[in-house]
Amino acid sequence: MAYEILEHTADAGVRGSGPTLEEAFAEAARGMFSLMADLQAVRSQQAVQVAVEQESLESLLVSWLAELLARRDIEGLVFADFQVHIEGAEGRWTLAAHAWGEPMDAGRHQLQVEVKAVTYYGVRVEKVGDTFFAQCVLDL
Amino acid sequence: MEHRKLSDFVWEIPQSGDMLVPGRIYASEELLGPLLDDVRGGQQWNALEQVRNVASLPGILKASIGMPDIHPGYGFPIGGVGAFDIDEGVVAMGGVGFDINCGVRVLATPLSADDVRPRKEELADRLFGGVPAGLGSQGKLRLTVEGIDDVLRKGARFAVDRGFGLPEDLELSEESGCMEGADPEAVSLKAKQRQFRQVGTLGSGNHYLEVQEVVEIHDREAAAAYSIEEGQILVAIHCGSRALGHQIGQDYLEELERASRKYNIPVRERELVCAPIRSPEGERYLSAVAAGVNCALANRQTIAHLVREAMAPMFSIPHEQIRTLYDVGHNNVKWEKHSIDGRERQVLVHRKGSTRAFGPGRPENPARYREVGHPIFVGGTMGTSSYILRGTEKGMEEVFGSGVHGAGRALSRKKAKKKWHGSQIAKDLAEQGIELRAHSGSGVAEEAPGAYKKVELVVDAAVQSGINAMVARVFPMACIKG
Repeated sequence: MAYEILEHTADAGVRGSGPTLEEAFAEAARGMFSLMADLQAVRSQQAVQVAVEQESLESLLVSWLAELLARRDIEGLVFADFQVHIEGAEGRWTLAAHAWGEPMDAGRHQLQVEVKAVTYYGVRVEKVGDTFFAQCVLDL
Repeated sequence: MEHRKLSDFVWEIPQSGDMLVPGRIYASEELLGPLLDDVRGGQQWNALEQVRNVASLPGILKASIGMPDIHPGYGFPIGGVGAFDIDEGVVAMGGVGFDINCGVRVLATPLSADDVRPRKEELADRLFGGVPAGLGSQGKLRLTVEGIDDVLRKGARFAVDRGFGLPEDLELSEESGCMEGADPEAVSLKAKQRQFRQVGTLGSGNHYLEVQEVVEIHDREAAAAYSIEEGQILVAIHCGSRALGHQIGQDYLEELERASRKYNIPVRERELVCAPIRSPEGERYLSAVAAGVNCALANRQTIAHLVREAMAPMFSIPHEQIRTLYDVGHNNVKWEKHSIDGRERQVLVHRKGSTRAFGPGRPENPARYREVGHPIFVGGTMGTSSYILRGTEKGMEEVFGSGVHGAGRALSRKKAKKKWHGSQIAKDLAEQGIELRAHSGSGVAEEAPGAYKKVELVVDAAVQSGINAMVARVFPMACIKG
């Protein structure tokens, strides 16, 4: 289980990986929040529930990350821990998740750049060998 | 990719395949080179391919245009301009992007560089303290859905009505501070909720607030119309529609994907999803964009007020003397009249990373700028000059009255963070006489002057090709980053 920040001229790509699809999605979210804050400083004090539905896994990934950005702004939270459940098949995928975090604190979280949006550019969800990967490019 | 030189600063990508019009790039050989390298190197993210994709959209008129600051974007290239026929054409999400009406407001102060230089540290501190910036920052306004709807309908007028600014600010803003056709109903509840605490915030990334000195005037007539002179202090505000605009982009990326399928429009890149202009989906997106434009106008108006609150008491000057020079956006789609094949027509112009730059005589210009054309602001970096240009008749004929908007990145944020440290950059800038205040050290490293292309190359190509004209050069004295 890991995330990686991908090189990209104007913005930044993020790639989550793990032994399950769910863990790859959770790691992609951690990667996205790692661009915004020091994840080690973020305590799991509050949880929000997220549910999204899409036709493809790629769209599901974009919607999942975009929903987290919306919750960041609406609730004023920064998240560092995610538990994701995905069900479905091509044509209809659903994701239900919990995201844990706490109110953004510029002093403690070393807040960095604000991710504006999640793009479809380079979006990919795939299984290579035994590992699932979930990646896309973020607009900063 | 096939391309031919039309002149030293104009290149054509001939019409081929699905292209309905040619591509036309305004650039020097030096600016074009890296774009061609991307094509030859098989780079997937490739601005010239994006010019071709835009040239294939239904109803596009004359040419798919790349401005001198062209670089890869999402759907449209950044620095991409495309005008569309009302009946045959489409409106595309990628032609506006996620930061709707991101733009620049410049305030002209009565102060000279000599007045400000000895007190620039204090001024930087006051601006840094007075204007909320950076991730998680909150504006002083706490709005509800009704309040946001008011922002979306009224634009900058929302702020002026609340005492944040002066009535004169409105006439010196694009669209007189309020874009017509905005419909709050076309904007999701989620977009509005995200904005409750973000009106009057700067954001982060490449957004900034900068105190600048006018160091060179090149066009005396235009400078006189703009009432600017050498040695004068200006304040530039670069930001957009904040989370509300980002969410509109995210929402319509889905809605317009469905519309593209419904109307059988081939999608060459996901962010190029679109809808016919004359369709319920297209009209709905246009009214959502107009609402986003107004949100950005209200945002810059509110920040302008915060700048006045920080500066006016410090230098014992009334707010009225810190006047708006102009406010102009660079991620927009607008109805405009242009001459197409010798006939004046109403067309829909997308400008992604390009400002409107209407030349002399256009009725849309504020009365006092009508004869010379309105100013446009070309942002450099924290450590380099920025430029004030204006539109030209040639620009009206060739590029739908469009202008360049900035330098564009040369190095990725990841590479920039490896190469530079925020504290070192602050020191380097201080040596050049520039005070930097920033909420995020890594953000400063990402925005290092060396991570950007030379803005002079961009300005030179815009001026040499004749699509924009040079008015003045300004140099930073203090810079506030998110």
